[in-house]
Amino acid sequence: MEKEKAITVKNLVKKFGSFVANDNLTFDVYKGEIFGFLGANGAGKTTALKILCGLSSPTSGEINVAGFDVYTETNKIKNNIGYMSQKFSLYEDLTVYENIRFYGGIYGLKLKDIRKRADELIQKLGLTNVRNELLSSIPLGWKQKLAFSVAIFHHPKIVFLDEPTGGVDPVTRREFWDMIYEAAGEGITIMVTTHYMDEAEYCNRVCIMVDGRIEAIGTPSELIKNQNAENMNDVFIQLARKVKQK
Amino acid sequence: MNFVEINNISKSYGTHKALHETSFSVKKGELFGVIGPDGAGKTTLFRILTTLLLADSGSAKIAGLDILKDYKKIRQIVGYMPGKFSLYQDLTIEENLAFFATIFGTTIKENYELIKDIYIQIEPFKDRQAGKLSGGMKQKLALSCALIHKPEILILDEPTTGVDAVSRTEFWDLLRRFKDMGITIIVSTPYMDEASLCDRVALMQEGKIMQIDTPANIIKNYKPELLAIHSNNMHDLLVKLRNYNINSQVYLFGQTVHFSSNERINQSDLKNYLQNNGHPNTEINTCSPTIEDCFLWLMKQHN
Repeated sequence: MEKEKAITVKNLVKKFGSFVANDNLTFDVYKGEIFGFLGANGAGKTTALKILCGLSSPTSGEINVAGFDVYTETNKIKNNIGYMSQKFSLYEDLTVYENIRFYGGIYGLKLKDIRKRADELIQKLGLTNVRNELLSSIPLGWKQKLAFSVAIFHHPKIVFLDEPTGGVDPVTRREFWDMIYEAAGEGITIMVTTHYMDEAEYCNRVCIMVDGRIEAIGTPSELIKNQNAENMNDVFIQLARKVKQK
Repeated sequence: MNFVEINNISKSYGTHKALHETSFSVKKGELFGVIGPDGAGKTTLFRILTTLLLADSGSAKIAGLDILKDYKKIRQIVGYMPGKFSLYQDLTIEENLAFFATIFGTTIKENYELIKDIYIQIEPFKDRQAGKLSGGMKQKLALSCALIHKPEILILDEPTTGVDAVSRTEFWDLLRRFKDMGITIIVSTPYMDEASLCDRVALMQEGKIMQIDTPANIIKNYKPELLAIHSNNMHDLLVKLRNYNINSQVYLFGQTVHFSSNERINQSDLKNYLQNNGHPNTEINTCSPTIEDCFLWLMKQHN
């Protein structure tokens, strides 16, 4: 039986003037999969992510996200995805509860439902004591967990995580991955970028981009075997260097 | 000879203690790493050392100069690269570099040899505004500006955060070369794997130093028994190991789960337990700890 696809990308090209940021990308992401999207700075990851989120249109190619077309149905895409980045996710000058309420409202949830689910969420994350504290006053690790929870608060089909774990301590980083696994177990498809190569190993499949192209795609163990490498860090360095030397 | 001496430095922001009686020294020509996550106090420490922030208490000296009395002299010999890109966005690459050279009373030409290896990579774009550069290029420009007055010591605040694995490796190669030229380097990073590239490291967490030593000694001082375990369903393996009947730490580490305990672990008992709980084909091996294992263990001791 064919696995259900959450994202299909066929021959995606994105040009900025004469610069080709995405050069003929083709890949699928399956429902409930944790899909790692890796690449050097400037390899074209952010460009592709923006297109998949419906924030930028491709130059050419056929792209379908959560069952919707990226050319004509960007609003439907936005309703069915969640997004979290390291740089921007929550409002520092709103409280923990206000942030949840704000995002719930944006996604059109009823206030009654927001209240109920916000209480459950706050309790689950252990944030009861800081419920009414400004976000700026709580530690980064708590913020990141809250940001992830808010990104999936409206039960999206897909969530995009752009370097979600930057800067946090090694315990919090792993707790964050527990949350990712839990969300994937509930059927949410996860697409994640990271510079921590040990995290690449936690993905079901990874795609490595170099200079706008897909250089390799597969499960971490397949890629490690194909490259005759010890771990994903070696795989990444080999692939990125090989292209550099061309 | 100690080039940097830090004695009991403390700093609070309101009720939040950012640095708690921090002391250490760095030898001349040493590559010293300050390793820790956000909120460890790395930036506060660096800003105090570079005379940009006053400590609440404690003292520090660089090259025999006091950070309070001799702050002007210290600024002449320190090259500082802040964590946040702080160059002029609306000046070009070349203008930024010329500006920093000028305020330190030198020229690009005079110290070109020192920055050549890095600057050569961004020189083709020297007429581009700094605000329009990619992350990697900004990083190279910031390092060039920190070096242009030929400092005796480089203080680099998270230079590799958000940088990809290949560029990180290249950056550390550069640091090695500056060290070989005799420049003392203090560098902070949240990436635990970079600790092994330093001569000595301080492992920091929540304003406190947990341990200072060479990377090899830190690993040697790791006491618990440590196993690397692999199974087909890694997430379920985590859950099952956490429920195992011994006081342990269980963390994902790449392709394996690291299972550690101060108690003796009986491997065949553990294998049987996993077998009976849905993991018929586990691979269990003893393994040597990484700096990250040490950090996780120290965090537990300190909490």
